This record gives sequence, C-alpha cells and structure tokens, in this order.
Amino acid sequence: MDPKEEKMKIITEEVMENDEDADAGREKTAKAHRPRRKRQLRTAGPAEMVSGRADLGGPQEAAPEDPDPNTQLLGVSARRGPRSLPPIPSASRTGFAEFSMRERMREKLQAARSKAESALLQEMPTPRPRRLRGPGEKDLETEFGTEPGGGTQRTPREDDPQAHARVKFRDSARKIKSKPPVPPGFPSAEEAYNFFTFSFDPEPEESEEKTKVRSRDGANQEEEEGEGEEPPVRGANETDEEELLRGKDAEDFLLGLDPAAEDLVAVRPADYDGARVRLQKEKELLFTPSRLTVPTYKKLPENVQPRFLEDEGLYVGTRPAVPRTTQNIVENRLLMQDPDRKWFGDDGRILALPNPIKPFPARPPALTQGQGVNAELETLYKKAVRYVHRSQHMIGSGDPPGNFQLDIDISGLIFTHHPCFSREHVLAAKLAQLYDQYLARRQRNKAKFLSDKLQALRNAVQTGLDPAKTQKSIDITQKAINEYKSEIRQTRKLRDVEQEKDRTLLKTIIKVWKEMKSLREFQRFTNTPLKLVLRKEKVDQKADAEAYEAEIQAEVSELLEELSEEHEQRMEEYRAAYQQWKAWKKAQRAKKKKKKHAAEEHPEEEGEEPLPGEGPVKPVPPEPPSGAVLEQQVRERAARSRRRPGEPTLVPELTLAGSVTPNDQCPRVEVLRREDVKRRSVYLKVIFNGKEVSRTEVRPLGADFRVHFGQIFNLQIVNWPESLTLQVYETVGHSGTTLLAEVFLPIPESTVVSGRAPTEEVEFSSTQHVTLDHEGVGSGVPFSFEADGSNQLILMTSGKVSNSVAWAIGENGIPLIPPLSQQSIGFRSALKRADAISSIGASGLTDMKKLAKWAAESKLDPNDPSNGPLMQLISVATSGESYVPGFFRLEQLQQEFNFVSDEELNRSKRFRLLHLRSQEVPEFRNYKQIPAYDREIMEKVFQDYEKRLRDRNVIETKDHVDGHRAVVAKYLQQVRESVLNRFLIAKRHFLLTDLIVEEEVPNISSEGSGILGLSLFKLAEQKRPLRPRRKGRKKVTAQNLSDGDIKLLVNIIRAYDIPVRKPAAGKFQQPARSSRTFGEKRAASPPAHSSPAPSADYPLGQVLVRPFVEVSFQRTICHTTTAEGPNPSWNEELELPFRAPNGDYSMTSLQSVKDDVFINIFDEVLYDISEDDRERGSGTHTRIERHWLGCVKIPFSTIYFQARIDGTFKIDIPPVLLGYSKERSVILERGFDPVRSLSEGSYITLFITIEPQLVPGEPVREKFDSQEDEKLLQATEKFQAECALKFPNRQCPATVLDLSGKTVFVTRYLKPLNPPPELLEAHPNNPQATAELVARYVSLIPFLPDSVSFAGICDLWSTSDQFLDLLAGDEEEHAVLLCNYFLSLGKKAWLVMGNAIPEGPTAYVLTREQSHYLIWNPCSGHFYAQFDTFCPLKSVGCLIGPDNIWFNIQRYDSPLRINFDVTKPKLWKSFFSRSLPYPGLSSVQPEELVYQGSDKAAAAELQDRIEKILKEKIMDWRPRHLTRWNRYCTSTLRHFLPLLEASRGAGVEDDHRAELLRQLGDYRFSGFPLHMPYSELKPLIEAVYSTGVHNIDVPSVEFALAVYVHPYPKNVLSVWIYVASLIRNR
Amino acid sequence: MAAVGPSVFLLMVNGQVESAQFPEHDDLYCKYCFVYGHDWAPTAGLEEGISQITSKSHDVRHSLVWNFPIDVTFKSTNPFGWPQIVLSVYGPDVFGNDVVRGYGAVHVPFSPGRHKRTIPMFVPESTSTLQKFTSWFMGRRPEYTDPKVVAQGEGREVTRVRSQGFVTLLFNVVTKDMRKLGYDTGPADMLRVEGQGLTHGLPQ
Repeated sequence: MDPKEEKMKIITEEVMENDEDADAGREKTAKAHRPRRKRQLRTAGPAEMVSGRADLGGPQEAAPEDPDPNTQLLGVSARRGPRSLPPIPSASRTGFAEFSMRERMREKLQAARSKAESALLQEMPTPRPRRLRGPGEKDLETEFGTEPGGGTQRTPREDDPQAHARVKFRDSARKIKSKPPVPPGFPSAEEAYNFFTFSFDPEPEESEEKTKVRSRDGANQEEEEGEGEEPPVRGANETDEEELLRGKDAEDFLLGLDPAAEDLVAVRPADYDGARVRLQKEKELLFTPSRLTVPTYKKLPENVQPRFLEDEGLYVGTRPAVPRTTQNIVENRLLMQDPDRKWFGDDGRILALPNPIKPFPARPPALTQGQGVNAELETLYKKAVRYVHRSQHMIGSGDPPGNFQLDIDISGLIFTHHPCFSREHVLAAKLAQLYDQYLARRQRNKAKFLSDKLQALRNAVQTGLDPAKTQKSIDITQKAINEYKSEIRQTRKLRDVEQEKDRTLLKTIIKVWKEMKSLREFQRFTNTPLKLVLRKEKVDQKADAEAYEAEIQAEVSELLEELSEEHEQRMEEYRAAYQQWKAWKKAQRAKKKKKKHAAEEHPEEEGEEPLPGEGPVKPVPPEPPSGAVLEQQVRERAARSRRRPGEPTLVPELTLAGSVTPNDQCPRVEVLRREDVKRRSVYLKVIFNGKEVSRTEVRPLGADFRVHFGQIFNLQIVNWPESLTLQVYETVGHSGTTLLAEVFLPIPESTVVSGRAPTEEVEFSSTQHVTLDHEGVGSGVPFSFEADGSNQLILMTSGKVSNSVAWAIGENGIPLIPPLSQQSIGFRSALKRADAISSIGASGLTDMKKLAKWAAESKLDPNDPSNGPLMQLISVATSGESYVPGFFRLEQLQQEFNFVSDEELNRSKRFRLLHLRSQEVPEFRNYKQIPAYDREIMEKVFQDYEKRLRDRNVIETKDHVDGHRAVVAKYLQQVRESVLNRFLIAKRHFLLTDLIVEEEVPNISSEGSGILGLSLFKLAEQKRPLRPRRKGRKKVTAQNLSDGDIKLLVNIIRAYDIPVRKPAAGKFQQPARSSRTFGEKRAASPPAHSSPAPSADYPLGQVLVRPFVEVSFQRTICHTTTAEGPNPSWNEELELPFRAPNGDYSMTSLQSVKDDVFINIFDEVLYDISEDDRERGSGTHTRIERHWLGCVKIPFSTIYFQARIDGTFKIDIPPVLLGYSKERSVILERGFDPVRSLSEGSYITLFITIEPQLVPGEPVREKFDSQEDEKLLQATEKFQAECALKFPNRQCPATVLDLSGKTVFVTRYLKPLNPPPELLEAHPNNPQATAELVARYVSLIPFLPDSVSFAGICDLWSTSDQFLDLLAGDEEEHAVLLCNYFLSLGKKAWLVMGNAIPEGPTAYVLTREQSHYLIWNPCSGHFYAQFDTFCPLKSVGCLIGPDNIWFNIQRYDSPLRINFDVTKPKLWKSFFSRSLPYPGLSSVQPEELVYQGSDKAAAAELQDRIEKILKEKIMDWRPRHLTRWNRYCTSTLRHFLPLLEASRGAGVEDDHRAELLRQLGDYRFSGFPLHMPYSELKPLIEAVYSTGVHNIDVPSVEFALAVYVHPYPKNVLSVWIYVASLIRNR
Repeated sequence: MAAVGPSVFLLMVNGQVESAQFPEHDDLYCKYCFVYGHDWAPTAGLEEGISQITSKSHDVRHSLVWNFPIDVTFKSTNPFGWPQIVLSVYGPDVFGNDVVRGYGAVHVPFSPGRHKRTIPMFVPESTSTLQKFTSWFMGRRPEYTDPKVVAQGEGREVTRVRSQGFVTLLFNVVTKDMRKLGYDTGPADMLRVEGQGLTHGLPQ
C-alpha cells in the first residue's frame, strides 16, 4: 500500500538522521511507535472515502512523537507532495508545506550546529518533554484521526466543528490559566507555529473534505481561519505544559532516555574485584544451601532422640518421593532461615503430609496409538427402546444374553514330583522348593522387621525412662512404658522364632544340597542342572561381635528386669500366702489347743484331727532370678537361632548353571529313565462348568519335567461360571492317556481383566501309584536314598500349573463380565482380602456383619485415615448400637421414603380411583375431576366396578335370563379382555400418518402419473371456481371432542309402499261408529284424493295413510312432519345429538358404541273424540294416535365406519300389521317394474351421516404370526397388492385373523357343514324351502359386530362352531355358516365380499340355482335375485369358494351388471391358478357340527320372564297412567305367535285378523308382532320402546303383550313379541 | 361446604404470547391452545386463540411481535395433568400458501408469579427428499394431525422434526387454594407467608 511504503521510507530517514544526533534510546522509542502507527494506518485503510484523512491522521500523530521534529517535519512534507488532495486547498497547502520544509532545513542546520555544543544542550531536558508529551497528545489526535477512519459516514458533519471547538475551548482555558514567559532555548515561536499548524491542519482538512462538495472556498476559508486562530493558542499551551513538566522529576518522564547520566560520567577503567574478593562479597549477601545431608541432631531440639512414629505402631502415610539432594537443600535452607526447627517433625524429617498421589491412574485408559480420539469418542447408535405399558408384557428383559469372555492363559506345567523322577530329581525338587521358600522369606524379611521394631520399642522405653527428657514426654506414663515392655517381650519372642526359622531353613538348604552332591558323586552322573552357591558376606568381626554382645546384654537385662518383676510379684504372692499360712497355723494352733481342751472333755472326738494336707502348705519363698543363668539361657538361644558373631552371612544362590551328564555316560537304568521321560507327553483339558471346552496341545515332557504350553483359551460364556477346572493328562508312548490330576482354578473377580491378571501357580497332586523298572523313583511307592533302604519316603505325583484366568476386554474397553447379579453368592475367593468390594461384593457393603468380618479378616490398619469411616462404621455395627438385621433387604431405604404406609395408601379412595383410572379400567377410564379428598368420593363410585369384579366368576342370570347366554356372554367378555390386552401394545403403535399429515409422494409410475399430473393441474386451478365441486369434509380426529360436538344427521327423503290402512273394520262387522270416525277424520284432513265416504268402497275409498318418520337414537327422538299417502316424500333433515359413553370420545370408545339408530315409520291417526255432535260446529276435539308401521334399524357403528349411509332400505314391517295392508297398493301402483314385485316390501330412502365427520379407527397393522406356509403368505400379499392396484375400492381379504389372533387363509373357513337335522327334516322335498329355513336359522343368530365385541381393533373370524357357541358374530360369521350349510346341501355357493347398505363392507352368500344366481343376506335371511334393484348388496369385490378366491376384475362391481361366471379369467382373477395350484389347504372348520336339541322348557321359562319384564317396562314408561292388561287378548295373541313362527310370518294375517275380530269385537285394536333373534333382553326392550306402543294415553286403553320364544337347535332362539293396544269402543 | 375447606384449587394464567424469532420467516400468526389432564377444567377465559399476522420488525432483532393475550382460569383437584400451552405458528410460504412454521409446548409455570418462557419451535420433517420438494412446491408441508401431539410423548418416536425458531411467552400465574390442598409450589421465600400471617403479605 502506498502510504505504508511511504511510511517505511520516512522511518528509515528518521533512523539515518537519528544516527547523527540522537542516542539509541530515542531511536528505540521511535521504533516502538512504528507498529502502532502502522496499525492505525491499516485500520484506516479499508475505508476509502476517508483514507486520505486517515493517512493524514497518521503522520499528524507521528509528529509529536517523532524524536526529532526536524525529521518529522521533513517526512510529513515529503508525504504531502504525492498525496492527491483537492486542488484548491492543496495549492495553499503546498505553499505551506514548502514553507515548513524550508523551516525544517533551517532547523536541521541549527541542530547540527547545536550538536557541537553537546553537553550543555543535551543536558537541557526541556525540549525533550515536548516530544515525550507525544503519547498524550497522540491519544487526542488519534481520536480525531480514527473516528472518521472507522468508516461511519453517517457521522454528522457538525461533529468536527464541535470537536474543534472543544479543543479550542480547552486550549483557551489553559491559556487563561497561566502564560509564563518563554524561557531561552525553547523552540522559537516560528517553530511552535510550524509545529502546531502542522499538527492541526488535518483537522480542518477533515471538515474541508466533507464540505468540499458544498463549497470548497468556504471550507478553505474556514480552515485558514482556524489556522490563523490557533497557533498562539497552542504555543501558549505548549509552554504551559512544559512548565509543568519542568517542575516534576525529569527522570519519571525520561526513563532511560535522559542523556545526562551518560554524559556526566567520567571515563575510567572498570572496577575489578578479584574472584576471591567477589566471593567474599557474595558470601555476605548470598546463601547457598549445602547439598549435604543435615545431621539429625541439628534438626531436632537439643538432646532429643529422633522418634519414629511408625515404629511405635502409629500410622504414618507414605511420604511423597523427593530427591535426596532437594530434600537436603530444603532442610539446610530451613535450618538457616528458621532456627525454631518448627518445620521438622519428631523423627527429624521435614513434616510432610502423606503422598497424595494414588498408585493407579484416575484417568481413563490412555488411547493407544492405533486408534484415534475419534474411535474413543465415537457415539454409538442405539435404537430407541419403547416403553412397555404393561408390566406383564415385560418378559424379564433384565440382562441381555450377552457374550462374555473368559481368557484362560495356560503357560505351563511343572512337576514337583513325577514317577520318572530320579533320586536326584527328588532332591532337586526339594531344594528348589526350599529355595523358593527361602526367597519368599527373604523378601518378607520378617526377622529384620521385628528386630527393627524391637529396637524402636527399646528406644521408646529408654526415652520414656530417661528422666532428662521427661519434661517433653511427660505423658509417657509408667503404664505406657509397661505396655511397651510387654510389646517388647512379644516382639522379641516373635523375632526369635523367625530368626530360628530362617536359620533352620538355611541349614536345611545346605543339607539338601550336600545330600545332592553326595548323590551325584555316588551315582557318578548328574541329572539336574541345579547348583547351589553359598555366597559368604564378610562382616566386620569386631563390630559384629559388639552388636551381638550388646544385643545379648540388652536381652539379658530385659529378661532380668522381667524376671525380677516376676519375682517381685511372686514374692508378693508368697508373702500373702505366707501370711495366710501363718494365720492358718495360728488358728490351727489355737484350735489344737482348744481341741486338746475339748478332748479332755470329749475324748471320742479326737479322731477329728485335720489331716496335714488339708491345711495350706508352707509356701516356699521364690528364688531370686540369677543373671548368670539367664545369660546362659539367652546365649544358648542366640547360638541356636542367630548367626554367631564374626560368622559370615551365608546367602544361598540356586542356579541352573550345572551341566547334565550326557546319556552315553550314564548307566543303563538312567538311560532307560531318560528315554521313558521322552516318551511321555502331557496335555491339559479345560473343563468349564463340568464340560470340556478345549484342550491344549500335547507337549512332550522335558527332561526337567517342565512342560510349556503358552496357550490362551478364550471362553465365550453366557453365564457366570460355576467351576473352572484343568485336567492334566499324561500319555506314555502310544498307549492310552491317564488322568493325572484335576486342577481347580479360581474364577477371577470382576476386577481382574486380561492383561492385568497375574500368572498364578496352582498346585496339584495325583494319587496314582507307579512303580518303574528304571532309575525313576515312581509315585506312591516307598523309596529311599539310603543304601540300606532305611528312611523311606513316599512321594506322590504332584506339580504346579502356571496359568492366569481373566476376563476379556471388549472392543470398547468394557470388560466382558457377566453382571454381578449372576454371581452365586456362595462363591468367594479367599485370596482376595485386600479389596472390600471384590471380597464381599458391592452389595455386601451394606451388610454390616459381613463388612465387620471382612475387616477383621483382612487386618485393616485401623489407624489409616483412609479406613477411618469404615472403622467407625464397623465399630458402630459391632458394638450393637445399630440394629443389624440378619437378612438382606432390597431397597432398604424404601421405608424412609414412604410417606404413608401401604395399607393406608390402599385404603385411600382417591388413590384407588387414580390408580384405576391410570389402569384404564373401563368404568374409570374417563373419570373427570377426581375429588381432592377421600371424603368427597362416594362409595358408590366403586360399587359397579366391585360388582363386576365379584361377578367375574359368577354367572349371573338376572340380566341374561337364559343360562346359556350368560355363559356365552361371560366367555365373550373374557375373549374380549384377552384380545384387548393383546392389542394394547399394537394400539399404541403409532405410524407417521397417525401423527403427521403429509402429502403422498407423487407416483412417477404409469399408474400414479395421474396423481402427479393431477396435483400439478391442481396448482393451476382457480382458487374460487365458478362451478364449485363438492369437496370432502374435513375429518376430525375424535380425541378433542366433547359432548354435544357430534351430531347425527338423518335425512329422510322418501318412502315407497307404505302399508295403507285397511278399512277392514268396516268389512268385518266393524261398528258403524268406528267407520264413521274414519270418515270424519278423513273429512277433517285436507288431502286431495281422499274420498270421505263413511262406508268406504274399496277402489275409490282408498284408505289413506299419513305416515311420518321418527328417528330415535340414544333415547332422543326426532320426527318429521306428516306426509300423505303410501309413497310419501318428506325430504327433511333431522339432527340428533350424540353422546359417547362416559364422555370418552376416543376412537376405541366410539367404535364400541352399541346403540342403534331406529327409524320408525308411524301412521298418524286422528280420532274425533267429540262426544257430542252439537259441539262439532264450534270446535274440534281430535286425538292423535300413531300406529307403528315398521322400522329400519341401523347400528351406530355402521354409520361411524361408513361415514355416511345413503340409499334405499327395506322397512322392517311386522308380518302382521293390524288394520293395514299392502296388497292393494301394489296392484294400484302403476305396476312397478317386475323386480319390485319380487322383493315385496316397503322402502325408505335415507341419508345418514355424522357431523363432523369422524375418522374411523384404522385396523391394526400388526403383522400377526401365522401357521400358513410362507410362500402362500407371500402370494397373498402379492395378490392383494395387485388387486389393490387395479381396484383399490374392492375388498379382497385373502387372509383373515382367527380368534386366537393368527393369520389364516380365508378359504380354510369354507367347508360343507351339516345344518341341524331338524331343519332338514322340515321340508324334505322342497330344497328351496329348506334353504330358506336354513337361512332363517342362521339369521336368528344374533348379530354383533366385531368392532363392538373387540373394541373395533380388528376383524376376527371365528369358525362356525365357535360362532355357534358364541351365538354372536358379524356378517362374516353368518355368511360363512350359511355358505357352509349351502355347500352341504349340495348347492354351489360362494362367499361374496362386497359393500352393502347399510352395513358397508360385508359378506353375503351367492348361490347358483339352476339358471340364476341368488344373493343371500345371511344376517336377515332374505335372498335376492341377481337383478333385484333393492338388493342391499351394492358392489362385489371378490368371491370366495372352498378352494379358491376370485377377484372381480370386471369394469363394474354392482351385482346387477356383473357376470358371476367365475370360470372366465377375463372377468375373475383367481388366486390359485395354473402357476400356483391349490395346495389343498385343510379346513379350520370342525368335521361336523354337533347340535344339542332345543330346550323347550328353558325357552318357555325365558318366554315367561321376558313377558314379565316387558310388562314391567311398559308400565314404567307410562308413569302417569294406569296400564291395564287385557288378559284375554294376551292369551289370544299368545296362541297366534307360534303360528307366525311356523309360517315365518307369511300368509296368516287374514285368519289371525278374523280370529281377533271375533274375539275382541268391541275393541279398537292396533298391534303388531315383533320378531327378533334373541341375544339379550336390552335390544328387545329397545325395540318395544321404539314402537311407541306405550305412548297411547287414551284413558281407557288396555294393553296386550305376548311373547313367544321358539327354540332352535344349539340354543338359537327366535323371539316373537306381540304388542297391542286396545281401546274399547263404546 | 366452605367451612370444610376448598375441594378444588384454581390456577389463573394470564400473560401473552409476546414475540417470536423466526429467522427465515415473516408474516406469521400463531394459535395457542391448552392441553390438560382429566382432573382439570377451564372455568373462565379462552382456551384457544388465534393471533393477528405480524411482520418482522425492521431493526436488527427482526422479532415478530404479537403481544397476544392469554387469559384463562382452570380449576382442578389434582396437579396431575397440569396444563400445557401448545403453540403453533403459521405463515405463508413463497407461493403464498399457509404453512406451519413451528409447534411448541410448555407447561404453565407451577409457581405463582411472573414467568417468561422461551419455547423452541419445531416442525415435522418430510419423510423423503422428494416429498420435501413436492411439499415445498405444493405448499402442503407435513403437519401434525393435531397440534396437541406436541404436548404428549406418545408416538413421537415415529416423527422427525427440525427446529425453526423461538417464541417468547409471558405468564402471570396466580393460584388459589393450592396450599390448602397440600400442594406447595411457591418459591422458597413464599413459604413463610403462611406462617407469619397477613402482615407479611402487606406491601412494604
């Protein structure tokens, strides 16, 4: 960058100039400033607009800080030149710059001149401060310079003048303050002028630049004005500051810069001190601590012996490791600095805390080089685990069946005895063993430890006894000393024992070695390379002897002391005893005397003289201990156990350096032995939990009886191991193997992982007896080393296996150890005492007893602070302060956290309610606002629930009247519950579509291109088209609804062929009055085509019917207006509110709503009740009666699943409708199409829907297990996919679920099954009649949709026998049963899967008669011809036969327009074809259905009960009226009903009517029989209620009610209810 | 009855949906509704609301301010099912279709007083890239069938979401009779109030 380069140049210039006149220090300052300036430049750089200004800022600020004003000025002017400044100002400026340049030159000269007179001028500090003032000024300048340089162009213009003004103000203020005279030598006014003008000109320039667009001239003027004003001000200011500076200490400002210091120093040679002198001087000042060890006495107070706490048995932690020299230095320094010695402890060492460094790293294992950090930190993906709702579904998920690994490293085997051992080997083994023992002992060095301890104790005692130091150890009482003494005694004894042992061991080693040597000599060959070398360590004889002597003396003196004490004690005892004896003696004497006296009186008592033995013997005074004897004893013992003084210390060293005699130099027996050894080989088997898991290679036995395996076995295990055994096998030559021994390996603790496990040697021995015919000594047989055979030995084969067992470490560093829970509690390794957790397990830590036991066993140091808490715990536990239960308890703190006891919690009603609700118990599932207090919960809340629980196992017959149904109902309930439980999880399986609404992905394939195209087309669609098309309503998920939100909309459009009133009364002797009433009524009503002739003639006097429709749903009733005629048109919309059970609007709840929508058609009949004809003119008195004509019943579930129901339905008209007829109308109705005549009946057109539309529950998408062939299932899926692709609306269930929830191929359900024989016998010659009867039988089995019975989760198909047992089922079951019956009757029959109204997707049965097809509705028993318009089946999806499925691939699916010929592959796509032949699937149906005969008695009983209940109900429904029962009529009706059953409601009407009229002539009669299959009582009651019979409120009304129950086989019951109301005609 | 003590406690929540930070979107409006348990019933106020459309502020904060008031009172017998407020934010996409910009839920604060909550908002992700494109193109982004889904945990495992922005809510919570029914939700310093009687409650 241009300015920068320039800058550099300037600086070099400066430097050059400075070389001449300035000192180095100043130059430095300049350099130090340089980077700063550069930085400022850099910041200024980016903002181009202001760069010029910023650049100016740079030099401008440089000005004051530059060491020499001359250079600085030069630099500035040099820069000025090339800078492109606006022309006009620059012109003026250049002049100015030139001027300043000249000025500078002049000054330079001046400076050069002045340099000559250096001293004086340089000494003068005054000009310097001005330069040094730089930083302060620079800050000010920087502010101005960088602020605009910062690049805020928005800065208001006014800022500059303001700032300017501010400066000015400040300056003027200073000016006012003081104006001292300018002292000589100061910069001239000119200089000052230059300086200040220069330093200030950028500022005006700023404003100028800004304003130049506006007016350059003005700006220029401004600037000039500014300049003109300033100089004097600044000059004054300058001087002012210099004044101030002068007053201060110049050094503060000048730091090193002041040239005066150097200039004033006289030049002379440097002072030199000789090295010694300097050292001397340094010594005075410096202290160098010595590295030598400080003697202990220096560190301790005078005359104090160091005291070693550790030796006194106190706990002393390990000190941190500090190098000896460092320690010495520190000690020396401390001694020097701080003579109090408070840094030193009693033992003369620096006080130190125990080493805080733990021996094991707390950091996780270091990363190996191979794997980077990433591998360690890698995140593992784990699939989300679903929370399982019910605990019963959690099948012990506890520990995953992971693979754990146990690594068994078998490194080798050493025989400590083997039959092939030669004698030498035996000795060698012994020697090796002893040597090992020796090594072990030496390592422990117990004797030394004990000696040291003894020494320490003695010292302590001495310290304690020494009266000179008692002031310090005043607390060491006699007692403590005594304790020490006893301790000393103990220790000494122990030491002696240890020393003796050591010595005997050494002796034995030497002895054995000698034996071996002699044996080698004797047999003249060497078998083993063993060699014992005894190293003698010379000792200083004199010192040793002294020490020995001292030791003995010490011991003697101690013993003496002890003994004297003992003696003292005994003397005490003796004295006491003596006293006693004396007293006794005295007494004896006195007694004797007395006795003597007495003897004189009683001479016979003389024999009572006590025996001398009885009295205390005279005690013998103990002998005082004799020093000489004692010393003798001590010496003896010392000689036995200790090295004699001066005797060299013997250190045995066993090496294998010896050479074995080669074979050819050995005798034959030995060669034989060696060959025998060579023939032998050994291997090991690894037995895990009693099973062999692996074995090592077979290795030959070495000459040294060592076998090396070096094999590692990785055992992959699942459970915690029970046992781990190695079996040692030996093979001799080619003969068989023998099991030598079993070695039980300890199972490692969980802390032992491979890599860290130490190699352990486990010993084994065998009981085998081997006698060999060579040098080998054999096993289990006696042999001797002696020639004479004495001193016999029997050795058994034994050895050691060196192995290590450890847990493997997995890939990610996790040890592959089975969880601790799997460990058997009984197993504990006795070896592991060191670690509490590994010894008793973590769970054991809570068990105080175990812990205490462990602590006792492991001999914890009770003084170690790290064991403190544990010890305290144990002491508390063992002292019995806290109760330690003798059992283990899980969650032992649970009690503390329970805020009430369990019983109390269970007693709480509120808690119970909450609990039941959260369990989703049906009664409480939607319980709202559970009261806050128990007292607010009514007891009756639970009553129902409790009753249900109670009754679960009690078959209740009250509701169910009939015993069998009760059983069935209960069974159904159980099935339902189990199914519910099974599907509970499935129900909670959410799919994405359940939660998220998302557009389907457009299909690119040919089929779906339409969708993409369509959707693209949709984009172009008008937002508000002129011809709006109907769009689907928005569906509402049922969860956020509440009561009143859902409405049922019923649109009643029209009806056809309503039965019309039959003026039968007139025909059959009906009283004239009645007919007249009819006539009058007709007169009153306005209809056009009615002829109000009182004596109605038939063709003309068409009796009118005034039908209206009443819709009742959930006891809410709505009705239409009344229309006229048999073909009325209402076209009305009725709105009924819907209430979900318990206010629960969840999907499941809605699905299981069992309510039906009853659409009843009534005839409105008006009766004139005017009694008096005279009133007729002035008023009308009519009574409206309504006569039930028929009904359509649609289950709510159907509406729910269909969303809307639209169509014409057949009205269910009772077979007998008194007073009404249809025939005539049929004749009259302009001869409808012939199909109509086929299915005679009345019809109604309806449209029903729910507002808002509810989303029906999705079927469960669970994949169920199946016993079907996998291939078949795949074919099914393929078939269904293909079908769905072509005709997505046609259903094709190839597989269905059976009751146990398994997928079953659908054709398995179809199989000829025998209908009840009674039905066959009824019409033996009429197959059609039989078929109808069978259909009727099937239709009599109550209908219960699966969605209701199984909470709508899925469609379950039960087999026909299950269906007959359950006596309930939906369309499929009915259809399957009917189809099976037809098949058994020899018909060609298929199951039709399709859509019907009102059922929706359903199943019908298709039969082929001779020439035509018949469609059977299995639920109603009706059949339709294929071309019947009123056939409820509206579409056909597929046909299912016993051996195939045919999918409808015809263009149309209406039964009217399709061809049912399944042999045509173009019309029907068959599942099984040539490519996939029918595999002959066996049926799931039973071989034969077994029917129990009908139970007439039960039916009769049921009949009575139903009648009674219904009568009660009708009376209940008429609470304000008296309900009279006409018994006579009832009995008539009762007789009539069986006839109806027999004829199935056909062709008996006229007879019946005649009969009725004959009997009840004087009654006006309206009534009808209802026919229903029997399932429960409730539907019957509902049906009766919906007819509205009870609504007649004529005072004189009488009722008749008759019930007939006709039993069919298998307890299928047909119920007839005849309800009639009678009004007596007066 | 009053003598026995209250049988329900009341929770009065008022406050506002203050503002939102949606760095990528503008012209948003929000809906809120409450989700609560069986034992809860609203007694006063609005359970649901839909706000005006707001545009981003022009300053650097780019916040979308609604200041949409919430005022509702619940009564309950049981703190289980404590009300949660569910927010869903909508706004137009490039083609002007109204699409969802975020769902979020937070519990109404338990303790009485003034609380400010900032809720991270998220939207469900398309199941595939293609669908992402088409949904963007057609303006039919994936949405929850019911915004209340975000207040419950069930079924969430099948969805993937992306975070979109934040909404700041201000709650002023007043409870009544909670303590009488044995629920103590107040802050620690409130504990003394009951013990020391009325004087303590007076303004100081």
